[in-house]
Amino acid sequence: MSTMTETTVTTQVYRVYIKATPQAIWDAITKPEWTERYGYGGRAEYDLRPGGAYQGYTSDAMRANPDVPDVGVDGEVLEVDAPRRLVQTWRMAMDDTMKAQGFTKLTYDIEERPGGLSRLTVTHELDGAPLLAGLMSGEMEDQGAGGGWSYVLSSLKTLLETGESFVH
Amino acid sequence: MTDDDRVFKALADPTRRFLLDRLYARDGRTLTELESELEMTRFGVMKHLRLLEDAGLVVTQRSGREKLHFLNPVPIRLIHDRWIDKYTERQVAALAGLKAELEEQG
Repeated sequence: MSTMTETTVTTQVYRVYIKATPQAIWDAITKPEWTERYGYGGRAEYDLRPGGAYQGYTSDAMRANPDVPDVGVDGEVLEVDAPRRLVQTWRMAMDDTMKAQGFTKLTYDIEERPGGLSRLTVTHELDGAPLLAGLMSGEMEDQGAGGGWSYVLSSLKTLLETGESFVH
Repeated sequence: MTDDDRVFKALADPTRRFLLDRLYARDGRTLTELESELEMTRFGVMKHLRLLEDAGLVVTQRSGREKLHFLNPVPIRLIHDRWIDKYTERQVAALAGLKAELEEQG
């Protein structure tokens, strides 16, 4: 082929292998008592059916700042195949500019692998949300905005494999 | 070979670091796009991408007829969180100790 199309891909893909069952990973993503123990440390509320609501609450530490709202992320559940696949929309609601860039699409794929391992793949389709793309890739970490998906998945692995929680 | 060994081995090659840098600049590229930036045979580039994939640093996804390559920074983050943080924390603690000691003397 002589022509090469320069496609602008705004999707980010993250993958981590965790020594845990797919069910344990599913619970860690969808149950508030787990979501508050890793990543940004907020409680997640899922209505796990297509069309159901998703709310990611801000953590107590974040709400020490009076400008921070209760709901940090919101969205809608699109597809549920527990404990293998969860597809949802996802919008950052903590910042007006990011909120205005609208809903993005997020997919969690969990696959059982040999040796007691599971493979978690997070695919975040960030079309039309360049600011959020920077946040999720960890580019804004030195501004105190956290390390994005790499940080979230690293801390999830640590929690499930060692029981150690390093939310800060 | 452990997961960390595979990551360090994958990173210990300038062509593979170059491929990661290209994906960092723009993610989700095809083999043809990546190949066009290197003075190397298609087979050679595929071999390097294979090693990066085995180390988990590159994840591929199908999009229609195309296979797109994505940079996966999580393995590097894991090394950072497990190793680098550990050593930098000690430096910070050492500096804090030095400060306390100097202030006591002063």
